Amino acid sequence: MFNHLLSLLIWLPIAGAIPVLLAGNSRPNLARWLSLLVAVLTFVVSLFLLVQYHPDAGGMQLNESYLWIASWGVHYSLAADGISVALILMSTFVGILVIVGAWQVIQDKPHQYMAAMLILEGLLIGVFCATDALLFYALFEAILIPMFILIGIWGGPRRVYATLKFFIYTFFGSVFMLIALLYLYQQAHTFDMATLAALPLTMKEQTWVFFAFLIAFAIKVPMVPVHTWLPDAHVEAPTGGSVVLAAVMLKVGTYGILRFILPITPDAGAHYAWLVILLSLIAIVYIGYVALVQEDMKKLVAYSSVAHMGFVTLGIFIAFALVRQPGYADMALLGMQGAMVQMISHGFVSGAMFTCIGVMYDRMHTRQIKDYGGVINVMPWFGFFYVLFAMANCGLPGTSGFVGEFMVILASFSANPWIALFAAFTLIIGAGYTLWLVKRVLWGEITNPHVAEMKEINGRETFVLAAFAAAVLAIGVWPQPLVHLMGTSVSQLVQQLAIHKI
Amino acid sequence: MPTLNDILILLPEFYLVAAACLLLLMDAFMKPEQRPLLHWLAIAVLLVTIYLVIAGQPAQSVTAFGGMFVRDEVAEILKVVALGTTAMICVYARPYLIDRKLFIGEFYTLLIFAVLGVMLLVSAGNFVTLYLGLELMSLSSYALVALNRDSKLPSEAAIKYFVLGALASGMLLYGMSMVYGASGMGGTPSLDLAQLHHVMAYTTAPNLLLFGLIFMIVGIGFKLGAAPFHMWIPDVYQGAPTPVTTFIASGSKLAAFGMAYRLLSSGMGDLSAHWQLMLGVLAVLSLAIGNLVAIVQTNLKRMLAYSTISHMGYLLLGLAAAGPEGYAAAMFYALSYAVMSVAAFGVILALARAGFECEEIADLKGLNQKSPWMAFLMLLTMLSLAGVPPLFGFWAKMLVLEAAIHAHMMWLAIVGIVFAVVGLYYYLYVIKVMYFDQPAEGSVLQSKQDVPLRVVLSLNALSLLVLGLYWGPLLSWCRHAFGL
Repeated sequence: MFNHLLSLLIWLPIAGAIPVLLAGNSRPNLARWLSLLVAVLTFVVSLFLLVQYHPDAGGMQLNESYLWIASWGVHYSLAADGISVALILMSTFVGILVIVGAWQVIQDKPHQYMAAMLILEGLLIGVFCATDALLFYALFEAILIPMFILIGIWGGPRRVYATLKFFIYTFFGSVFMLIALLYLYQQAHTFDMATLAALPLTMKEQTWVFFAFLIAFAIKVPMVPVHTWLPDAHVEAPTGGSVVLAAVMLKVGTYGILRFILPITPDAGAHYAWLVILLSLIAIVYIGYVALVQEDMKKLVAYSSVAHMGFVTLGIFIAFALVRQPGYADMALLGMQGAMVQMISHGFVSGAMFTCIGVMYDRMHTRQIKDYGGVINVMPWFGFFYVLFAMANCGLPGTSGFVGEFMVILASFSANPWIALFAAFTLIIGAGYTLWLVKRVLWGEITNPHVAEMKEINGRETFVLAAFAAAVLAIGVWPQPLVHLMGTSVSQLVQQLAIHKI
Repeated sequence: MPTLNDILILLPEFYLVAAACLLLLMDAFMKPEQRPLLHWLAIAVLLVTIYLVIAGQPAQSVTAFGGMFVRDEVAEILKVVALGTTAMICVYARPYLIDRKLFIGEFYTLLIFAVLGVMLLVSAGNFVTLYLGLELMSLSSYALVALNRDSKLPSEAAIKYFVLGALASGMLLYGMSMVYGASGMGGTPSLDLAQLHHVMAYTTAPNLLLFGLIFMIVGIGFKLGAAPFHMWIPDVYQGAPTPVTTFIASGSKLAAFGMAYRLLSSGMGDLSAHWQLMLGVLAVLSLAIGNLVAIVQTNLKRMLAYSTISHMGYLLLGLAAAGPEGYAAAMFYALSYAVMSVAAFGVILALARAGFECEEIADLKGLNQKSPWMAFLMLLTMLSLAGVPPLFGFWAKMLVLEAAIHAHMMWLAIVGIVFAVVGLYYYLYVIKVMYFDQPAEGSVLQSKQDVPLRVVLSLNALSLLVLGLYWGPLLSWCRHAFGL
């Protein structure tokens, strides 16, 4: 089993989706329990990664490689480093929570919903450990299919528009990546990512390839100005879809940047780092202001996601900008580490925020902020969790949100104080929109009679929220294990950045 | 004088002719209630022919009748897939034909003669064989389109198909005669493709040769259905009975690829610098017109017709790359398209019933609730046609794009990929209708309980997923056929 741990993690949920589908519409409870069983099993198997992966050794571990397409030299090859392991663990953890979260909420064709979730989980795990570029690409695109179905069937009133926009928008970006990969294949005659990383490319080639990759991943992250699909997709998606989208799928974009842009086009990346830093700052400041004026809770959190993902891209490209200046290697490392922590933290915080909104939506069937007010009076426990996640969302020390942001701001200070200044704006704006949201929704008098009828969260919902809360607090109070898990891999990535290809 | 060896090389074709004649005779003396026997016999005949093709496969390329007929791996692969898809069409067509009182022997004999034409065409080593095969296929297809002769729409489609098809054949023949003439100026005139390969080197009339080439490309473009010679495709696809449409979208496209390969690579290979650009232009036009016009279609068959045009654009990307790599990619594309289109029309056939053609996209509303399995099969087919990994259609697209990049036609590859995004919309729209919409009031949507149809169709659509996950062997065969 340990030789094929990664394959098992990919195929277990996908294969598990088949019996769930077969359970059919007539036996919804069987489908629910089966899918929970599969999700828990997957999580348990993913815990073995912690045993099998040796953080101090670094590099790609748990290798599996089989010849897939002989005449093209394509391999089915998987491997994981610390970053992959962290992301996979997050995926399997969130995988359980979305299935528990959807237990009673999804009444229409629950078997198809659960199966789509499981397939999505398997594909996402695959993306995080593929080391063959073509395999990565296939999985990267395939995740669109279950998400398309999830938003389209179980989504809100404008779900068709949102899901088509989501699919076509992201597909559009990734086709350029395909062209770039085919070009690289003709140079290297392989899709092996390690070989592609060592491929010498001229600056002109690197620039083209860099922008082709950037379009693909920027749309996925999403970065300004190609973020417009995200608010639509988030607002219309069912709660579970939003949670997976925010918590795991957005990370595919930044993960792709790490695996493709960093090693394959380091020189073009360093040359155009200013562009990505600029876009990240726009995301942080401008999108923060946009979030401030939202009247729909989900939209607000969606925009805050864009702003927070801006921190991840900022951290990565600050490292790009710093690493080649003598004496700044440590700061580059700090920026990169901050980006990684922020990536994981945002997964939990945004997932939790969307779950909270889902809990309220199930009771009130509205996401408009003005329809709420005084929720704390009827749902004190829920209020407790909501405030906790809101604090994490604005980066309060002691929660996971603080750690990553702080590291990125610190690193950007040594690049340019102005960058740090703008980046630090998020602490104010983020607190602004999040706290204002809490004020309008939770505090105050009950003005809407429907709010008075809201029931306190049940055991199932408490479990989901408590699990998220535990993760958020654990990373916030004691980030050391997470930093240690990714540490060697991150410093190896940063070292790779410093290598000139031309 | 033909030798025994010649006859052995053509054994599958001879067998098919004999069997088709026999079926025709049997049909004449058969009682109507015995007709199911004919159906199964026709399928058996096709399967036996597949066996003969595979079993008699020569170790290397051989020719018969003085080079008139070529039996090589390219021809073998195309024949096997054409015969196989035709057998699948027979299975899918039975309930449809019974519902519409079209369950008659002519359908099977004409279909077999059409597929015989395909076999001759893809094996042609000479202009004459090529033309014979083409006409055999085309004439049978014209008659098949008009099978339901009491109905207006099919008759109109058949007339259109016939008139335009005859025009295209004329163009092709005219081009061939020019090439023949050019080959006679400065050498011995020849109709043999292998000899014509070097005609550019010695002819004293290169302009005449190019003139002929242009006409031949018009003929090829017409048979493929590439824009701007695509006018017949939408009307014929929509008007023809659905099983016949399926054949035109599968077997006939394989034949068109075979014809293009024989004429351009075997015959006019030395002129590749000239026809590469022409095919590139055809490809761009097909991609643009096919994908853009398909978006606004409300009729599913017509939408698939425009999607065919766009798919022929991708196939042309591979052909335009003009090298073994490109041909292998284009053949892979032709095979994948044949399998995908048979599956797509198969779902329509499985849902259609007497008085309900199921050919409007809106007819599929809420299919996921009525028949989740059929919806899933259609989902796979649509995603495959759209080129979403990990389905079969994606790899075919990727291969032709790679071939285009390899041949230093990056611009063509970028046009191709951008239109893949445009095309995504109308395939997703079908999925949207099936999955996200509620069934219409009084919807009669229900899949047929015909067991062979359900089994074969399921295998057909699932093969898109299986081949998507493991397409290596198929690619190796395609590459091997072109000596890679």
